[in-house]
Amino acid sequence: MSEEKQAAAEAGEPSSNRLVGTLAVAGLLSGIIIITVYLATFDTIKENKARELREAVFRVLPGVDKMQRFLHKEGALVVSHVEEKGEKPIYGGYDKAGKFVGYAIPNAGPGFQDTVSVLYGYKPAERVVVGMWILDSRETPGLGDKIYKDAEFVANFDHLSVDPKIVAVKKGRKAKPNEVDAITGATISSKAVVRIINEGNERWLPKLSKPGLEPALEKVEATPEKAEAEK
Amino acid sequence: MAKSEKQAYDEFIKGVWRENPVFVQVLGMCPMLAVTNSAINGVAMGMATFFVLMGSSFLVSLLKNLIPKQVRISCFIIIIATFVTVVDYVLLATLPGIHKELGAFIPLIVANCLILGRQEAFASRNTIRMALADALGMAAGFLFALVALGGIREILGEGKLFGISLFGDNFEPWVIMILPPGGFITLGLMLLFFNWLEEKKKKLDAQVAATEGSDL
Repeated sequence: MSEEKQAAAEAGEPSSNRLVGTLAVAGLLSGIIIITVYLATFDTIKENKARELREAVFRVLPGVDKMQRFLHKEGALVVSHVEEKGEKPIYGGYDKAGKFVGYAIPNAGPGFQDTVSVLYGYKPAERVVVGMWILDSRETPGLGDKIYKDAEFVANFDHLSVDPKIVAVKKGRKAKPNEVDAITGATISSKAVVRIINEGNERWLPKLSKPGLEPALEKVEATPEKAEAEK
Repeated sequence: MAKSEKQAYDEFIKGVWRENPVFVQVLGMCPMLAVTNSAINGVAMGMATFFVLMGSSFLVSLLKNLIPKQVRISCFIIIIATFVTVVDYVLLATLPGIHKELGAFIPLIVANCLILGRQEAFASRNTIRMALADALGMAAGFLFALVALGGIREILGEGKLFGISLFGDNFEPWVIMILPPGGFITLGLMLLFFNWLEEKKKKLDAQVAATEGSDL
């Protein structure tokens, strides 16, 4: 035994301290590098996400120039400027004159493979959905991803009546204003989008302000410098 | 000098062709099959792997005498994981679209056996120069394989290459090619092709050797 140890020592066997030390130094350096990169990219990543959301809101609500975040608190919609964890906001779109146009409502639900996050524009005056945008999805490439790649399917959601509720029908059978032509080969994904919007409507429509009484556009934007930078 | 340059060149070509990580060594299959439903995704994954492999090989080769061999694998993984996290954040900040497409497969570069394999088999035993040549070759070979597979699948599955429509509206896409089975089928056929090339080369070598032998 002692001979073995001696042989090991002669062969340059490092002590446990050295092994632990090496790993500790490696871990420490790695941690420092990762934190530096995280901090360096944090603002850009946050801005990207905010911009993505703004672009999506402008896309689902045609004619919108400004937006505000709304939260539902104590039975009324209130404008919110600070993001809080766990809250579920919707967005209000206003035209150039500051007149209210419609709501952009996000909702998510199960699709064919994974959760599908949808943002859709809703005009309360006409009770219609005016646009739909997929924020995030992992649907099958080539089939399920047509829910955002197929312009014909997306066009279904322009002036789509929400009464009594939206129904997906077989492609080419759309007859009523509340019907959507499903995508051939992606029926489950198409129906998922419709279901997610219906669920969003169930949750949000009763909570929305009465038409004409929507919160007014506040002069100070939530992030004025970012809004300016984008123009 | 010329000799070492030739050696570096050999290491580079070895990775690109003779020992191509995908077609010959059959390494890195997970990202290979998962992200190659379009050529551009192949490029993005290839570039991410390229950066991680170059960085890791350089550091491992530089630190090879400082890292005790008992903990070398853990150290390699720490180095690789650091580079992967850097790539993850930088991609998220600069190319969010690509990051969305590659999704979960960026963090999984850590577990790409191609990268760890090169550290253990090559970078930890060779000079920085050779390690970089080897990493450059392997990464280029991997990129080549990803783009080739992604390109074929995109052309057949969507009728496009790098998002540019190739055949007009009359082309009926073979959707199966961009689904997982298409990845396996294409990879299988490409492996077949490379093995056929290899056998052909062996036969030719044998023939050349035989004729040279009879000349003597």
